[in-house]
Amino acid sequence: MIEAVGLTKRYGDKTAVYNLSFQVRPGAVTGFLGPNGSGKSTTMRMILGLDNPTAGQVTIGGYPYPKLPNAPRQVGALLDAKAVHGGRSARNHLLSLAQLSGIPARRVDEVLGVVGLQDVARRRSKGFSLGMGQRLGIAAALLGDPQVLLFDEPVNGLDPEGILWVRNLMKALAAEGRTVFVSSHLMSEMALTADHLIVIGRGQLLADMSIKDFISANSADFARVRTPDSEPQLREKLTSALTEAGGHVLPEQDGALRITGLPLPRISDIAHDADVRLWELSPHQASLEEAYMRMTQGAVDYRSTIDQKEGLMQPLPPGAQPPMPVPGQGQPDWYAPPPPQQGGQPFAMPQGQGPYAGAGQPQPGPYGAPSAPGADGSNPYAQPAPAAPQAPQQPPAPADLTKPEDAR
Amino acid sequence: MTAAQVVQSEWTKIRSVASTVWTLSLAVVVTVALGMLISALSSNEFDNMSTKDRLSFDPTFISFAGMSLGQLAMIVFGVLVVSNEYSTGMIRTSLAAVPQRGTFLFSKIAVATALALAVGLVTSFVAFFLGQAMLGSHRAEIGDPHVLRAVIGGGVYMTLIAVFSMGVAAMLRSPMLSLGILMPFFFLISNILGNVDATKKIGRYLPDQAGSKIMQVITPIDDDTPYGPWGGLGIMALWVIAVLVGGYVLLKRRDA
Repeated sequence: MIEAVGLTKRYGDKTAVYNLSFQVRPGAVTGFLGPNGSGKSTTMRMILGLDNPTAGQVTIGGYPYPKLPNAPRQVGALLDAKAVHGGRSARNHLLSLAQLSGIPARRVDEVLGVVGLQDVARRRSKGFSLGMGQRLGIAAALLGDPQVLLFDEPVNGLDPEGILWVRNLMKALAAEGRTVFVSSHLMSEMALTADHLIVIGRGQLLADMSIKDFISANSADFARVRTPDSEPQLREKLTSALTEAGGHVLPEQDGALRITGLPLPRISDIAHDADVRLWELSPHQASLEEAYMRMTQGAVDYRSTIDQKEGLMQPLPPGAQPPMPVPGQGQPDWYAPPPPQQGGQPFAMPQGQGPYAGAGQPQPGPYGAPSAPGADGSNPYAQPAPAAPQAPQQPPAPADLTKPEDAR
Repeated sequence: MTAAQVVQSEWTKIRSVASTVWTLSLAVVVTVALGMLISALSSNEFDNMSTKDRLSFDPTFISFAGMSLGQLAMIVFGVLVVSNEYSTGMIRTSLAAVPQRGTFLFSKIAVATALALAVGLVTSFVAFFLGQAMLGSHRAEIGDPHVLRAVIGGGVYMTLIAVFSMGVAAMLRSPMLSLGILMPFFFLISNILGNVDATKKIGRYLPDQAGSKIMQVITPIDDDTPYGPWGGLGIMALWVIAVLVGGYVLLKRRDA
């Protein structure tokens, strides 16, 4: 059990972690998510007693780490896969760690086998790939057979087989009743691995909930309904009928309605009863990645800008057309829906807006313009055909976003 | 966790990197070879020397002449032993495994010091005997008064140079920065300060100038140094203790 209370870390005037309180319970994989520079690694270091908190404290099993009896047998950690002397062999690296806590050399060979590095055990770790480095780091964490395990970005640089292995390893460790705390910036990976989620942004807690709650709150299926464009009164009629039936209706940019809380057949029945014709009734699912990005959007520290290539451009020959930029690409918010507006509800509670949200609309635009928080049509996946010219052939946004850190 | 376990682990670390073997063997080879060369040259020069120089002629000290260069390899050894942890990031793994930072630092330094002392003593004795062989008729014997003290002192001197470097590296963390300060300091600055009359009085309190007194058997005639061989070694030891305390305090306080 890891417990942080009011954990705060300042470096000069920069606050890396602010007033963070959470618990990591045994018997579950707890995912620790946040954008680059959000304070994940700083928090991990404070848990391990490497950095001293400016305020607050963090304990493992009730002890601050430096006071923990026989720490290496109780806590195993992978902080940085590259933190190995390149001239030392994998086996000697682990041996030096094993000797610290009186672990027999036999155990070193065991964990080398577990992570699949037995064949390169006597080679200098200088030549290791990032994936092999991660395996060596995981071996070091497993060495003392600890009850508490911390992994900072363990799947970085691993091949798909390795990712699957890590995923299963985490689950197996948690199933044995251990406390497993894994940081990542990949929501999709955590959705498959973690049982519980702690999300931070700019060093502050954004969410602390079970993955089940996160999924049900954020990737709840929704239906898209379109009424005939020519008859806006049908749209109003349907909206009130659906809201009355307990549905949650949000207008989309192109005039469609996004409906949650009602199954598709029921929506069809209600429309039929209200005598409203439908042009579209389709099932959709918002991705977790999208929900996660919406949650952390305000807290992203490092955002890419358009590469102007100023000074590098060849003068264009007379009469030539300058290349057209891909619409949307490189603009800060092109990949994700806008954040909740002022007074809007937190991302995780789409129902929190109350029963009037759909019918009344927070800022009723006369044309049904996008006004509802987090629900307009800028989800690149869910764009129907009419919106397509806005963002043609966009690569999947999440993959693009995470590339820089992935390649470290 | 006992200090013995940390010591064992540090021994595994130190013996499993190539830089240990390279720096230490370089220290031996350079010190011995240069000492032999200068001993041979001095032996040939002896007949041309002034009376004053002949009276100050110290065969033991001459056979250690290679140490001015050999100590640089010792400095590299001392710096690398400590700063490797930082440059590789291994320090986080190490300190996570040994939350008692003092135990960690001093176990590491103890292991490296023991190794440096063993190598230093071997170097010192080999340099002495081979140097004396080169000096021929002007040689000193190991049984002569104060000679054994000087030869053992030579080994201790090399060790203290290495420990001093470890302490500096523990404070500065970066190997480049540590070497960039220590190398010119011991190779140039200390020599310059010690040879210019105006700064001589300050220069002789620097660690290497004070410490090298232990290797002198015959005091030069016009020498007005206010301390003897043991006093000199004591001054050097104070320097070493100061940087070790500095390194320890910083490690204790600092975020890893």
